[in-house]
Amino acid sequence: MALAAEAKKRGKAKDKTVDRDALLKAYRTMLLIRRFEEKAGQLYGMGLIGGFCHLYIGQEAVVVGMQAAISDGDQVITSYRDHGHMLATGMEARGVMAELTGRSGGYSHGKGGSMHMFSKEKNFFGGHGIVGAQVSLGAGLAFSNMYRGNDRVSLTYFGEGASNQGQVYESFNLAALMKLPCVFVIENNKYGMGTSVERSSASHDLSKNGAPWGIPGLQVDGMDVLAVKEAAEQAVAACRAGKGPYLLEVKTYRYRGHSMSDPAKYRTREEVQMMRTQHDCIENARHRLEALDIEEKVFKAIDDEIKAIVQDAADFAQTSPEPELSELYTDVMLEG
Amino acid sequence: MATQILMPALSPTMTEGKLAKWLKAVGDDVKAGDVIAEIETDKATMEVEAVDEGKLARILVEEGTEGVAVNTPIAVLSVNGEDVSAEAPAPKAAPAAPPKAEAAAPSAPVSATPTPDKDWGPTKPTTVREALRDAMALEMRRDGDVFLLGEEVAQYQGAYKISQGLLDEFGPRRVIDTPITEHGFTGMAVGAALNGLRPIVEFMTFNFAMQAMDQIINSAAKTLYMSGGQMGCPIVFRGPNGAASRVGAQHSQCYASWYAHVPGLKVVAPWSSADAKGLLRAAIRDPNPVIVLENEILYGQTFDCPVDDDFIVPIGKAKIERVGSHVTIVAFSIMVGTALKAAEILAEQGIEAEVINLRSLRPLDTATIVESVKKTSRLVTVEEGWPFAGIGAEVAMQIIEHAFDWLDAPPVRVHGIDVPLPYAANLEKLALPQPDWVVNAVKKIV
Repeated sequence: MALAAEAKKRGKAKDKTVDRDALLKAYRTMLLIRRFEEKAGQLYGMGLIGGFCHLYIGQEAVVVGMQAAISDGDQVITSYRDHGHMLATGMEARGVMAELTGRSGGYSHGKGGSMHMFSKEKNFFGGHGIVGAQVSLGAGLAFSNMYRGNDRVSLTYFGEGASNQGQVYESFNLAALMKLPCVFVIENNKYGMGTSVERSSASHDLSKNGAPWGIPGLQVDGMDVLAVKEAAEQAVAACRAGKGPYLLEVKTYRYRGHSMSDPAKYRTREEVQMMRTQHDCIENARHRLEALDIEEKVFKAIDDEIKAIVQDAADFAQTSPEPELSELYTDVMLEG
Repeated sequence: MATQILMPALSPTMTEGKLAKWLKAVGDDVKAGDVIAEIETDKATMEVEAVDEGKLARILVEEGTEGVAVNTPIAVLSVNGEDVSAEAPAPKAAPAAPPKAEAAAPSAPVSATPTPDKDWGPTKPTTVREALRDAMALEMRRDGDVFLLGEEVAQYQGAYKISQGLLDEFGPRRVIDTPITEHGFTGMAVGAALNGLRPIVEFMTFNFAMQAMDQIINSAAKTLYMSGGQMGCPIVFRGPNGAASRVGAQHSQCYASWYAHVPGLKVVAPWSSADAKGLLRAAIRDPNPVIVLENEILYGQTFDCPVDDDFIVPIGKAKIERVGSHVTIVAFSIMVGTALKAAEILAEQGIEAEVINLRSLRPLDTATIVESVKKTSRLVTVEEGWPFAGIGAEVAMQIIEHAFDWLDAPPVRVHGIDVPLPYAANLEKLALPQPDWVVNAVKKIV
C-alpha cells in the first residue's frame, strides 16, 4: 500500500474549506452508487442480470469527485465499469438497472446491457467494451468542443490497464497537438483484470505518462472525494481556459472482482480488508461530515432515501417488460 | 553520342504528365543529379534529375505541354560535346507504357450508355479525382459541421490530390492534417461524430484503415444499436481501396467484403466520376457511418459528370451501364470498366451482356440484379478482391435465393487470385481480373 499512502500524502485535500453541502451531496451520490451496485450484484446472483457485470464498489469517490467539478454540457465517457458514471451524471437508477436486466425500460431498451448505455440528455457517451477505445472517442468529444468554439470539457475515463494501449498515446499526442479540452482520468484500481499494475506497466507514476507530450499530470488519492474534486477542478479549469489536455491518475481500489465471475485470487483477503476498513471513500466522507456536526438523523434520512431509490429501481428492472421482438431489427440504421 | 531523356514515370499509377517547367536551357551543361525539369504527375509536382552528364542539345517537348506520355523523349543530351541538333529524332508517341493494370489505360471520356437514373442535364468531362473533391467542397459549403481529416489532406493537398484546394477554401479548422496514427485519429473522428459533427476521414489507403478497424466497427457501426437508437454516428470513411499498380501485398487489398459484412455500415464503391461525386455527397449527408471505397487507378480517369449543383446519387441503387439479354455481369468499382470491355468483346461475338454497376455494396440493390437475371438467366460476378466469402459469393447467393428458377447455368465468379498480391509485373497481371477472364467466364455458361 506504499503507493496509495504516497498518493494520499500528495493528494490530500485541504479540509479547512470543506463545503458542507457539497460534501453531503457527494456522500449521497457515493452511497447511491454503492447501494445500487450491491443490489446489482444480488440481482446477478439471482440470474436476473446476465453476461458481464463490472461493479464499481470501492471506486465511488473517483467519479463523484470528478463530476463535482464539471457542469451541464460537459461530456463524460468511460469503459465498461460504468454504472457509477451513469448515476453520477444524473441518469435514472431505474433506467440503468432495467438495462442490466435487459428490459425495455432500460436506457438502451435492453439492447446494450451493463457495458453499453448512453444518455444524450446527460452528455454521457457510454459505456464501451473495448479496452482503451473510449480514450480516442473522448478526445473526439473534446475535439467537437474545440470545433464548435465552446468551452466545454470532455472527461475521458479509463483504467490503468487501458493506459498501456497504443491508441491512448495516439490520443495523448492528438490532444496535445490540437490543444483539446480533454481531462484524461486514469482510474488506477491496481488490477487490470487479474494482473497488477506492477506487472503490466513499466511506468511507476502513470500521471507522468502524458509528459512526453507536455500534458500536465497529477496523482490523486481516489479514496478521498474532496481530493478528487480539488484535482478535477484544477484540470477542468486548465482545459476550459484553452490550455489543452490534462491527465489525472486517480488511485483507487475495487473491492469486488473484475466482473461477477472473477474470484479475485490474485490478491489477498487482507489487502482488500485493509482498503475497506481503513480507506473506504464513503466512510471517509462520513467521518468528515460527522466532524462538521451533521446529525445522525441526516445520515439516516439519506440511507432511507437511497434504499428506496434502489429498491424502486430493482422492482422496475424486474417488472419492466422485455423488449418487443421487433426491437431486434430497429436502431441498426437511421433513415436518410 | 547523344542520349535521349525520356518522360519519367514518377508514381505507380502515372501514365502521362505535364512538363511544367524546364530548369535548363539548350546549351547548358548538365551534371548527373542536376534538376533539369519539373513535371506535374497525377499526384504532385516532381523534379526530374539528369542521369547522365553532358550538354542539353535539344528540347523536344516545350514547357507547359500537357498529357506527355511516359517514356516520350523530352530532350536530347549530347554526351561528348558533338552537335546532335540535326540527328535527334522528332518526338513521337511513347512506346508502350510500363505494364499497368488493364483498366488504367483509357482516360478518354467513357460514355455510360443506358441509365435508369434521373436525367441531371448537362455534363462535362471530369476526372474521378475532381469529382471527389467537388463533392466534398459542395457539402462543406452546405454544412458547417462537415470537415475533412486525415494524413496529408491539408498542406500537402492530399496524398493523391483529392483534397486539392480545400485547405485554401475552408482553412485549417475544417481541413485537418493528422499524424500517421489511424487508430487514434479515427477514434477521435468517431467521437466527434457521436457528438453530432460530420467528419470525413480520409485513409491514405484502406489498407491502413485496418489499424482503425475496431473504431470503425465497434464504435461507429454499433453504437446506434447499443444505445437503443439514441446516438447515431454520421461519418464518412473514404480512400483508395484495392490494387493500385505494383505496390505489393500490403497496399493492394480489396476490403469490400469486410465492410459489407457489418450491419450498421453502408458501403459504396464508385466507378465513374458521376458515381464518385453523387455517392460521396450522399455519404456525407447520410446520418449513418458510410464507407466509400475509391480506387487509385480510377482517380485520373475522365468521365462525363453532371454539372447540376444538386446532383446526387442515392445509396443503395445499382446502375445498368449496358443493356443486354444473354448474360448479367455484376461488377463494382474499377471492375465495371473491365466488365464493359468484356461486354464489347462479347458483342463482337454475338453475345449481348448486361453490365450492372453495383455502386452500393451495402445495402445491395438485389432487386436490380434479380430483374436482370430473370431476363438473361445467367450471372457472372466480377471483383478484384479474393473469392472466399467475397462480394461475388454474396451476389450469387442472393440470386440463388431470389431467382433460382430463372437460372439456366450456375453463376460464375471472376475475382482476384487467392494469394497476397505479388509485386512482379507479370505476376501481378496474372493475379487481377482482365477482360478476357470475364469473356471466358461468360462463354462457360452462354
